[in-house]
Amino acid sequence: MFENLSDKLQRVLKNLRGEGRLTATHVDETLREIRMALLEADVNFKVVRQFTESVRSKALGQEVLDSLAPGQQVVKVVRDALVEMLGSRTARLEFAPNPPTVVMLVGLQGSGKTTSSGKLAAWLKNGGRRPLLVSVDVHRPAAREQLGLIARDVGARVWEGTGTQTPVDLGLGALREARNSAHDVVIVDTAGRLHVDEALMVELDGIRDALEPREILFVADAMLGQDAVRSAERFHERLGLTGFILTKMDGDARGGAALSIQSVTGRPIKFLGVGEKYDALEPFHPDRVVSRILGMGDILSLIEKAEAIVDRKQAVELQKKAASNAFTLEDFRNQLRQVRRMGSLESILGMLPSIGPFKNLNKVDVDEKELTRTEAIIDSMTPAERRNHRILNGSRRKRIARGSGTSVQQVNQLLKQYVQARKMMQGLAAGRAKNTGKRKKGRRGRGIGRVPV
Amino acid sequence: MELITLFGTPGPRDPTIRDKVRNAVSRTRDDLAARLRDVVANRPEIDSDLLDDLEAVMIGADIGVRTTHEILDAIRERVARDGLKDPARLRQALRAELRKALDVEAPPLAGAEPGEPFVVFVVGVNGVGKTTTIGKLAHRFRRSGHTVMLGAADTFRAAAIEQLEIWADRTGVPVVKQRPGADPSAVVFDTLRSAAARGVDYVIVDTAGRLHTKHNLMAELEKMTRIAGRQVDGAPHEVLLVLDATTGQNGLIQAREFARTAGLTGVVLTKLDGTAKGGIVTAVVRELGIPIRFVGTGETIEDLVEFSAEAFVDSLFAA
Ligand SMILES: Nc1nc2c(ncn2[C@@H]2O[C@H](COP(=O)(O)OP(=O)(O)OP(=O)(O)O)[C@@H](O)[C@H]2O)c(=O)[nH]1
Ligand SMILES: Nc1nc2c(ncn2[C@@H]2O[C@H](COP(=O)(O)OP(=O)(O)OP(=O)(O)O)[C@@H](O)[C@H]2O)c(=O)[nH]1
Ligand SMILES: [Mg+2]
Ligand SMILES: [Mg+2]
Repeated sequence: MFENLSDKLQRVLKNLRGEGRLTATHVDETLREIRMALLEADVNFKVVRQFTESVRSKALGQEVLDSLAPGQQVVKVVRDALVEMLGSRTARLEFAPNPPTVVMLVGLQGSGKTTSSGKLAAWLKNGGRRPLLVSVDVHRPAAREQLGLIARDVGARVWEGTGTQTPVDLGLGALREARNSAHDVVIVDTAGRLHVDEALMVELDGIRDALEPREILFVADAMLGQDAVRSAERFHERLGLTGFILTKMDGDARGGAALSIQSVTGRPIKFLGVGEKYDALEPFHPDRVVSRILGMGDILSLIEKAEAIVDRKQAVELQKKAASNAFTLEDFRNQLRQVRRMGSLESILGMLPSIGPFKNLNKVDVDEKELTRTEAIIDSMTPAERRNHRILNGSRRKRIARGSGTSVQQVNQLLKQYVQARKMMQGLAAGRAKNTGKRKKGRRGRGIGRVPV
Repeated sequence: MELITLFGTPGPRDPTIRDKVRNAVSRTRDDLAARLRDVVANRPEIDSDLLDDLEAVMIGADIGVRTTHEILDAIRERVARDGLKDPARLRQALRAELRKALDVEAPPLAGAEPGEPFVVFVVGVNGVGKTTTIGKLAHRFRRSGHTVMLGAADTFRAAAIEQLEIWADRTGVPVVKQRPGADPSAVVFDTLRSAAARGVDYVIVDTAGRLHTKHNLMAELEKMTRIAGRQVDGAPHEVLLVLDATTGQNGLIQAREFARTAGLTGVVLTKLDGTAKGGIVTAVVRELGIPIRFVGTGETIEDLVEFSAEAFVDSLFAA
């Protein structure tokens, strides 16, 4: 059924005639199919409506990349907007400044809270932490036994409490125990409940107030349908969620609920549950969930390729800048960011000519830490400084070092590198300009843009 | 100074799509059904806006785009054919159409060979409410004067056996179990043997939650049904798929796959006590032609009622 949808989309995309800019026809035809895809993926219909409207205005009049058909270009806009909505970074678990960090798992019945509690404990243990588990589920039959068995399996401690304690007492007991025996994280597994169950929602308020959790994670089933917005929103209003865990992603549900929940809570997905075993917990990668929600693998990979080609064009841009002496620290930082977004330095090095001063660069190993430091230093500069490095006198450099948590020496070093790079690029650009006339056509583009496509 | 980024040279990142969507969803949190009532009441004629609103209600109830469009097309035809003008009549027509789609005759849960137990398998994906439903079902059979035995064939999930035992205690019925990790087919075998020896009327087998995409687990389920059939004629007599009302479009794929491997005979729709409507069952019933037997409306032993298409359709259009 989803395959058909993708096929249909392919057909629509093909039929759209190419033009330089996206027209209303391109956008509307494509968005009709996108709307279907999103609804089939269980994205809430209000979210779909608003989302497609926003995308429409964003897409209209956009320039179409050379390598894409207009319909594909629209899909690209959609994909980028989805990634933006889901958060382009991988969200992390936050820890309290003073341990123990309390992490509370909440959600509807059967969503996977107890299992996820065990998975989190295993994950934290692997990261060198000492989690203590506690079940405050006094409602469901054998809920606490379940967590006890899971704890045993993952080799984490569980705070048992007594059979007659209230949820708040159980939680407080665990907190005391954590302090006494140096557990740095307390994972609180709560009973499943409906957002309309006032008595049980009041119970959650009480637990939150008593335990002051650093993280309140809404555990949601990837198979959730249209109602996801309602439950997530009510839980969020009530408790102030800090993020969510999307479980059962090992199935074939498209997981559109992720988008619905994100839109009503604005909170990030922190983990994906991908199986019943306790190691089946993954950090969340927005791009993967986006392709799943859209269910358009082929088109998306095509777009990725097209983007690699865009990189090549930008390399040319960069060269022009170098030639006109306009390569600022700002550009330098953007390049860095670009590098980091692409995940590997190789690809950006690949865009540089493999001749002249850059000959050996392709094999250079670059230290992530150094990239972070460099970015921090440039971040600490004023815009004026970034545009013109010449104004960076001693006192400015001192300030920048302080601001970025580095030393003046490191700031000096960066500036030296930058000036060198700039010089190299200028020299290169000049040489290139001189040469272009003589170059044979067949060799054009050999230098730059050796990005694997 | 132009910025160089991966995706061309946009201005500052536009933060608004997320905000816009969020606002829109919160703003229109008002009850669509109520709006629809207004719409129906205030509009003199049936127009495409009205049909759009109906579409929104149906999709919002998880009926699914496809099924919604099919049903609305049928309605549209009828509007044209009968010259329907009155929006209230349209609503009636739609309800009738939905009721028709959902109304599949459910044969009574009886009919095993004389002296043999009637065997019910309860299957479904993880966490939908299988074990709880079994507790409620056992209670129901007991209340109508029958003897019941449970088989703890979820040997995988932590404390699944303990959970079933607590439900068995509540209803006062025996459970046949083995150790965690045992072969579920062996548990089925034991349960049926013991049931035959004791001459009980009903056997209900709890199975582990499994995603329909896991071939080995689906094969395991198939084997369990085979073992049951070898021991008791015609067993399992009833294979109930438990669907969670909060489930969206994946519910149809689940039903399809479980029908293929386990031969479903009915559906139980759980968690209807929340705000989710469970509309995906419409597509399930239309495609598989199996009845919805029961509806779960809570976590206590009494919270299981027989399905009524009428009440269900009412609730689709209620707040
Ligand atoms: N396939 C799969 N199953 C999962 C995942 N997470 C949890 N489950 C299963 O989902 C079912 C319910 O999980 P629980 O952890 O008991 O859910 P819960 O939210 O604690 O349930 P209540 O406490 O009853 O509300 C179990 O069968 C789990 O094994 C997952 O990521 N993938
Ligand atoms: N509100 C509500 N909760 C229900 C209903 N049916 C089951 N539950 C709850 O849903 C959760 C999961 O129920 P289970 O019976 O353990 O589900 P299951 O399908 O056996 O789960 P697994 O064996 O782990 O796959 C529990 O917290 C139940 O109390 C219902 O009709 N309404
Ligand atoms: Mg639980
Ligand atoms: Mg169960």
